[in-house]
Amino acid sequence: MKNVLILIAKRFAASLLTVFIVSVIIFIGVELLPGDVAETVLGQSATPETVEAFRKELKLDLEPHVRYGAWLKDFVNGDFGNSLANGRPVSELIGWRLTNTLFLALITSIIAIPLAICLGMLAAFYRNSFFDKLISVTTLSFISFPEFFIAYILIAVFSVQLGIFPSLAIIDKHMGFGAKLFAVLLPSLTLTCVVTAHMMRQTRAAIINVLASAYIEMAEIKGINRLRIIVHHAFPNSLSPVINVIAVNIAYLIVGVVIVEVVFVYPGLGQLLVDSVAKRDLPVVQASGLIFSFVFIFLNLAADVLSMLSNPKLRQSKI
Amino acid sequence: MLKLLRQSPLSAQIGMAIVLLNIMAAVFAPIIAPYGETSVVGDVWEVFSLKYYFGTDHIGRDLFTRMMYGARNTITLAFITTFLSFLVGSSLGFIAAVKGDWTDTLLSRGVDIIMAFPTLIFALMILSVMGSSIPTLIFTIAILDSTRVYRLSRAVAMDIEVMEYVEAARLRGEGLWWIMRHEILPNAMPPLMAEFGLRFCFVFLFIASLSFLGLGLQPPLADWGGMVRENAGAITFGIYTPLIPAGAIALLTVGVNLIVDWFLHLSSGLHE
Repeated sequence: MKNVLILIAKRFAASLLTVFIVSVIIFIGVELLPGDVAETVLGQSATPETVEAFRKELKLDLEPHVRYGAWLKDFVNGDFGNSLANGRPVSELIGWRLTNTLFLALITSIIAIPLAICLGMLAAFYRNSFFDKLISVTTLSFISFPEFFIAYILIAVFSVQLGIFPSLAIIDKHMGFGAKLFAVLLPSLTLTCVVTAHMMRQTRAAIINVLASAYIEMAEIKGINRLRIIVHHAFPNSLSPVINVIAVNIAYLIVGVVIVEVVFVYPGLGQLLVDSVAKRDLPVVQASGLIFSFVFIFLNLAADVLSMLSNPKLRQSKI
Repeated sequence: MLKLLRQSPLSAQIGMAIVLLNIMAAVFAPIIAPYGETSVVGDVWEVFSLKYYFGTDHIGRDLFTRMMYGARNTITLAFITTFLSFLVGSSLGFIAAVKGDWTDTLLSRGVDIIMAFPTLIFALMILSVMGSSIPTLIFTIAILDSTRVYRLSRAVAMDIEVMEYVEAARLRGEGLWWIMRHEILPNAMPPLMAEFGLRFCFVFLFIASLSFLGLGLQPPLADWGGMVRENAGAITFGIYTPLIPAGAIALLTVGVNLIVDWFLHLSSGLHE
């Protein structure tokens, strides 16, 4: 157990370092690289006076490392500066949208994770059968389709033809939980299609891998029911790769929401990011990019730690 | 070569047919297309007819024409980007494997950092700073993607690097470039070629996504992702125009994947 703690501590330290470097890159990328942000943003027609005033506002006249320190301190305190487009504080814009994005990701995970595990087990149980091949072809196509293709097909079927769901996922602050759930169902179904494909394939591969071991043969010889072998004997031992792929896919989900949010005009962080990139609203881009990166790095860390904890081999290994 | 093609499984043949069809469309776009790339020829969102095979788009341009030119623009852009990404990624990967030591450490840590970012977010941030232009698009995506190529080519080259013939070349006093070019590259070719197909799919989808978000190729250039975006509004009226470019993107990626599957199967030496 001591070994695994050291391992986790090392992994955690590496993530902290990555977070630090990522924040530096985002800072440098947005504030230092393009020569002069002020001129770029204001355009060529700007007078020297307006450029100068703008530089003051962004504190561009200070030393880079001083600005980085101040920026990071503000960021940790939840002050992300003001939006260039409408002057409102970025934290105000981001807060509500971040909860919306997380809500969408949460609903998707609740649908996708059990579905992927069940499908993966079934595919492993009926491996090489018609059912297995059908699932394999379907998931392969979902992986190679762009998200917006799946989204528009779902819209065409469920909202245009059948008229069950609205084609736009518009929610506001006063909606009840049920109404919100109904609104995000179609976007989360789209995301489910994408992530389930990855998770299910990994689950199937992991279980089939374990099925080759001697203790499974032993269980078979004892005459235990095959489904029971898969659920009770094979699945627990394939948990480590499965947990890993689930966490990695949730990380992907947080980022993959960008396109789906734009398709369904869902007021999430991804849509805000895309809008701000188009408007070149740099403080908003910085803040939302940083939040996305943090969540992504954290979930990848969680993936590694969980798979370390669920894998007895890793727990014993010498470092 | 011909014998190999004849023996290929049905899935690979379908894949090749799809890819060939797309390449033909891209190459002969000006000849096949009945109208000009940006000329307005009819009403908004007209339905399929002999005059407009796929109908018209949101401002009355012929969708079939736009699809042909879109194939040309999108596929060319994706191909150039993938090629550049391989040039950078595999050279750096080979250098890291052959040189070893601190060169390897430095490059690998650098790649780790870029890979710690979610790709789409990184690209969006660069585009917001630099503005979206074709060179920026190509370089941004190529650099982001080359990290994956680097990982693979480094791993492959590591295996080759310990072989006797590389040792022999070293003892002969051959230089770094000579070893990479004559010893490592030929042996690393099969896995790299399969990876090229996969990376092409990824880059192609990535460019399509960026264009869909309005940050890729800029109008009036025809581009499949952008065409989905422009016509997206039609779907709520029960007009399926946006599904055509979106479907074309899906079809091409599936086609390339089918070929890559066959290729991987061949090069892994598994025979039924």
